[in-house]
Order: sequence, then C-alpha cells, then structure tokens
Amino acid sequence: MSGISALIVDDSSTMRKIVERSLRSAGLPLTAVFEAGNGVEALGLLKENRVDLILCDINMPVMDGLEFVKQVSGVENAKGVPVVMITTEGSESHVVQALSCGARGYIRKPFTPDQVKEHVISLLAGKL
Amino acid sequence: MKSAEELLSTRSGHQKWAPLLDVAIREVFELMLGEQLTVTGDPPPHPQPAITAMVGLAGQVCGVMSIRCGLPVATRMASKMLGAEPAPGSPEIQDAFGEICNMVAGNFKNKIAGLGDKCMLSVPTVITGSDYSLRSLADSDTVETTLLFQGMPFAVSLEIHS
Repeated sequence: MSGISALIVDDSSTMRKIVERSLRSAGLPLTAVFEAGNGVEALGLLKENRVDLILCDINMPVMDGLEFVKQVSGVENAKGVPVVMITTEGSESHVVQALSCGARGYIRKPFTPDQVKEHVISLLAGKL
Repeated sequence: MKSAEELLSTRSGHQKWAPLLDVAIREVFELMLGEQLTVTGDPPPHPQPAITAMVGLAGQVCGVMSIRCGLPVATRMASKMLGAEPAPGSPEIQDAFGEICNMVAGNFKNKIAGLGDKCMLSVPTVITGSDYSLRSLADSDTVETTLLFQGMPFAVSLEIHS
C-alpha cells in the first residue's frame, strides 16, 4: 500500500482536524496532510505540492469551494486529483453544482468517519 | 418533510420549527462530538463568562441561529471535537463553537424541503465575555431550547423574522 497525501480546505481549523482524523481512522496511509483556509491558499499550496486527494468546504471567505474546484483543474499538480466537497450546504442543487464544477464526491456536515471512508476509498482505489 | 412555505403559512408556524431544530442539534452532537444530549426543563442559562455563536440566515427564511453557554461548556465541546483539551483562551474554542453553530444551522436548513437553495448562511460570528447581551431585530419570533451537554446547560435559539 503506497502513501497518500491529502489537502484539506476549510476555513475552520477545527473541521480541518476532524477531517484529518476521519481520514486516519479510515486507515489511509497518510504521508502528508496540507491545510488551507480558503481556495486561494489551496491553489497556492498546489503550485508547490502534489497531493492525491482534496477535501474542500464550500462556504469560505476569499474564494469559496465551488470557485476553487473550477480553478483547480488548471493547476498542473492537481490534474486528475479527486476533489470531495465537505459542507453544510446540502441541497440537491448544491450537489449538482459541485459535481458539474468537477467535484467527485459530496459529504454533508455533520458526517461520520465512515462516510468519509466510503467516499474516499473508492476514489483512491488505484493508489491503495 | 415539510416545506418552508407550509411552516411559514400560519401565525403559529414558527413553533413547528422546534422539533426540526431539536433533531438538527442532536444529530450534530451525536455525529461530530459523539455525545447524546439530554433535555432539561430549566430556563436558558445566563452564565458568566459566556460565549455565543451566531449564524445568520437570509432568503426565504431570514433570521439568526445562536448557541450560548458558559465558557467551560464551550471548552469541553471544543475538546470533544478536537480530540484534545484546548488551552484556556485558545482561538480553537471559538472556532469549534462557531462551527457547531454553523452545522446546526445548516442541518436545520436541510431538514426543510426546498429551503436549501433559497436560504443562505453567513459565516459564524462568536462573542465571548462577561457583560454583553444579544438582541436581534425586534420583529421576530423565537424558538429556543435548552439542552444538557455532559450535564452542563446550553441554549440554542432561532429567531425568525417575519
């Protein structure tokens, strides 16, 4: 099993910690976890670092998650990297909007670690 | 699942929000903090020092969701979320408490059919201190509930502007 690096984008440091803990409890072999407080910070990190998975909130200051998903496909280091939205915005149209912007999964807060595992494991199937 | 139109259609409609609010709160605490809340018939607490987190709702439903309790209660909630006790006065306490309010507001909104797209949430605001009062717009109905977290009271209030 090879190592996995993840980028967690959320304006709440508490949520970033909870998401990281959920990934670890899912048994993922995390070798690196990068954190960003908004989409702009995340794009900056991705210019310098490669990751295997991105988990991203929607409602954030500076640049929200939907705009981030639109822009991230243009970052060389992030091409083909799956993005999973983790958000309180749970309406059907938000899900459709996120998926049409390029997200590969959608988790509503509040969530359980098992929900994170379920979404992430299938997306990383080729790397585990 | 009832729609916002149904719930807003009667004068006493706002009291129909109460069961939805109760479920929304409990789910957040059970899933994110691993805690079962208990009900208390006590009046809402007025602790000193206190902490209040607020999230605004705007759109088809306008109002303010707020959670308030004593600082030690919020610190305990934060430690459950973080998996470690935050240092006294740490900004992590405010961050965690604000996120709880955000999730309760979002979860509540998602329980009302059709409201998801028609009601936006603000980012959380958190106030701490020993001498403040919080008052939203006068033209509003309030749904309020007091619950116990590890035996300690906290109040959740939803003010809905007509």
